[in-house]
Amino acid sequence: MAAAVVSKSHTDFRGRTSARCLTEPWPIRLTLILGTVLFLGLFLVLPLAAVFGQALAKGWGAYWSALREPDTLSSIWLTLLTTAICVPIGTVFGLTAAWCLGKFDFRGRKLFLAMLDLPLSVSPVVAGLMFILVFGQHGWLGGWLEAHGVRIIFGVPGVVLVTLFVTAPYVARELIPLMHAQGTEAEEAAQVLGASGWQTFWRVTLPQVKWGLLYGIILCNARAMGEFGAVSVVSGHIRGKTNTMPLQVEILYNEYDFVGAFATASVLAGLALVTLVLKTILEHKAAHEMALAQASGPETAEIGTSEQTSAVYGDPASRPMRG
Amino acid sequence: MQRVLPGFGLTLGLTLLYWSLIVFLPVAALVVRAAGIPWEQIVRTMTDPRVLAALGLSFGGAALAAGLDTMFGLLVAWALVRYRFPGRRLLDAMIDLPFALPTAVSGIALTSLYGPNGWIGRWLEPLGIHVAYSRLGVVIALMFIGLPFVVRTLQPALEDLDPELEEAAASLGAGRWATWQRVILPTLRPALLTGFTLAFARAVGEYGTIVFISGNLPMKTEIAPFLIVVKLEQYDYAGAAAIAVVMLAVALLVLTAIHRLQTSYSFLRG
Repeated sequence: MAAAVVSKSHTDFRGRTSARCLTEPWPIRLTLILGTVLFLGLFLVLPLAAVFGQALAKGWGAYWSALREPDTLSSIWLTLLTTAICVPIGTVFGLTAAWCLGKFDFRGRKLFLAMLDLPLSVSPVVAGLMFILVFGQHGWLGGWLEAHGVRIIFGVPGVVLVTLFVTAPYVARELIPLMHAQGTEAEEAAQVLGASGWQTFWRVTLPQVKWGLLYGIILCNARAMGEFGAVSVVSGHIRGKTNTMPLQVEILYNEYDFVGAFATASVLAGLALVTLVLKTILEHKAAHEMALAQASGPETAEIGTSEQTSAVYGDPASRPMRG
Repeated sequence: MQRVLPGFGLTLGLTLLYWSLIVFLPVAALVVRAAGIPWEQIVRTMTDPRVLAALGLSFGGAALAAGLDTMFGLLVAWALVRYRFPGRRLLDAMIDLPFALPTAVSGIALTSLYGPNGWIGRWLEPLGIHVAYSRLGVVIALMFIGLPFVVRTLQPALEDLDPELEEAAASLGAGRWATWQRVILPTLRPALLTGFTLAFARAVGEYGTIVFISGNLPMKTEIAPFLIVVKLEQYDYAGAAAIAVVMLAVALLVLTAIHRLQTSYSFLRG
């Protein structure tokens, strides 16, 4: 409801930008635009260009052979494996979290919502340390696991576990405000018409949130592929075994193998660019879904609760990747 | 809300189980471990000049970087929202780059850029400005990762500004500068504060971007997360846990502050 009002004044504003009283004199405008372009060019575009420039510093031949190093290939494989495990798990549990926190109200809900951002607020290194304290040799479960021949820290399972930690909130924090704004009327109608719980979820809820869900998955995927600090603490840096791509970048860089480091980094940078493109496409669709939800949702019926959610999640401040 | 819909118990149970195993158990392990450290040892760790210097750089550098981000972020958000110019959409999409780029990649990219032979460094070195392996480099890297948080907080706030306020100010005879100072800036204050806090929170715990550009010189360019790694490599788990629990406490404080800010912020926006 509020969104409709805002977007209306929005169009009014756009329509009147030509009015002289509402904009700056052209020299100031030009200075501000040039300042922005220069700043973003130096600050964001140049580092990205540096990655590709350094990777190709010795030509395409050196670039390709750097990428075909066995250790680099195995780091690419481990990153793909970690992502293939973590993204589906993060998605499923993001959906369960969104269902119970977005569609229901219960005691302790607000506390859980507040805790949801914890994995993103903790320093990645601290996250890694926490897992060592649980699964390490002298950790809570480490001794027992070791006795049973299971090695988690300094092994692939540790890498997967910390990645699950750092990616846990992404899908849920995209879906909860969306599902909360949509309310439960459509699902209730489906129930009354005799749909089972699964049918209601697959045919009613999921189509309404699909873009928001994809958006969350993209963010989860980007973090899973790129996580460095937390993974670095638990992986043990065993060459060809427990190194993910970001760790391989670090090792090659510290050995002054700059072409190798930047070649591996350029693959990650390429993935980041794909993420940005997908994100730009998806965020319009996700924003449209949200606007639909707010227009048809139960705002009027329960203003109290929906305001509380928007205080935590509806605000763009809590999601840096949304424009 | 009436529980007409099925699946509440199942999804809540699964969610709680997953979060307990993956998030709450490790957090509890850290808190319990830190609580078990003798008091004198905590005092000794936290008063060690090297630890104090690292914590000081992490917090001071993060605050400075977040402050600079707030200034530059305001410029960028203003230009992107208010003006139309070629390349605007591309730059707008690029804002999230520091978020999408793995931290190790941005770390080596910034280091090579600002190093003595880098594309930017080679122009700064003759002027006596050393960015790589100095505190300045740490601040620049922290600015890099914090910028999207400020811009993405300010953009919707700027879009939501009611043009009638500016019209009213103009019709009452206020110049553009007076309107900006007295009408626009006060309205943006909550968003500026939120953006600052988010950028600060991200910068305090940052590791990957910093380890490459800082050179990790003890007492000079060493950050707190790096010191945790050093202590872990020396098998000083108690020392690592002591620093980590301080950083966890700060993270929780900042999380509460952001929560408060956003509650008052959305209240202001109606």
